[in-house]
Amino acid sequence: MYASLLYQVVFYVLSAIMLLSAAMVVASSNSVRAILFLVLTFVSSAGLWITLQADFLGLILIVVYVGAVMTLFLFVVMMLNLSGPKATFQGMKRLVIFAITMIVLIVCMLLFVVGPENFSLAQHAKPQADFGMSGSVQALGMALYTHHVIAFEMSAIILFVAIVAAIYLTHRQPQNRLKQRVSKQIAVTKSQRLRVIKKASSARSDQGGNS
Amino acid sequence: MIPLSNYLLLSAMLFGLSIAGIIIHRRNVIKLLMCIELMLLSVNFNFIDFAHYFDDIVGQVFVFFILTVAAAESAIGLAIIVVLYRNRGTIDVEELDDLKG
Repeated sequence: MYASLLYQVVFYVLSAIMLLSAAMVVASSNSVRAILFLVLTFVSSAGLWITLQADFLGLILIVVYVGAVMTLFLFVVMMLNLSGPKATFQGMKRLVIFAITMIVLIVCMLLFVVGPENFSLAQHAKPQADFGMSGSVQALGMALYTHHVIAFEMSAIILFVAIVAAIYLTHRQPQNRLKQRVSKQIAVTKSQRLRVIKKASSARSDQGGNS
Repeated sequence: MIPLSNYLLLSAMLFGLSIAGIIIHRRNVIKLLMCIELMLLSVNFNFIDFAHYFDDIVGQVFVFFILTVAAAESAIGLAIIVVLYRNRGTIDVEELDDLKG
């Protein structure tokens, strides 16, 4: 009973943090602050995933997203020095129609599709088993390395292609580096490098010859 | 015990927030990428909910692949933004009208 109450408290606290920080991501005009709120969103949703027996994916979300992708976002935002276009409302009429349509769609989805009358505890009871294995990490590993092994290797290829593409796109030749210019070196002629000097013979060698 | 509908309502609200963000920040590409990340998070949330309540691990496998592809996508998207800023001096969507789309 107390465990159930604890789960409920954790769920409501984490989901409140998640929704508030997602709203702050949308609302804040400062890009760096928006990224920090996005980090908070990811961390709280990782906590929610761990309560749903997705331990490995929750930790992967923290490591990959908070550790790598959000750092990348921060680097890019701080590197580009954006004075930033503010949230503008040009083309107001079309935008309002679009926004109203989306809001109606989402409210209908909240009310009629995913509400408690379709997905309550009576229809889908809370399961006790952990995927027929000793923990979800083992179950995920078994599924990933047996049935889905080709897709797993394909995801490795996708990551490799992403590395190559990101490096190729952003890499540029350094500007002020000392280096050889091979074409100029080959095209040089003898007259540019070698100067023959005609010099009068000195008097000392004449004396030596006479004695 | 928390019913499945609570989790589904949560991810639906997250999806709605990210759609509102895309509508509001149409001109800022970095904000658009951040809202797309939020959308992917809500979709992943649905997969994890159903994997838990239907007691089927394949939902988590799908989340794994979606995380992989989303990481690759945001890395390449940010690289494209950097190149765009280097060439054009701006990343305002309204000024990127070379194709006259």
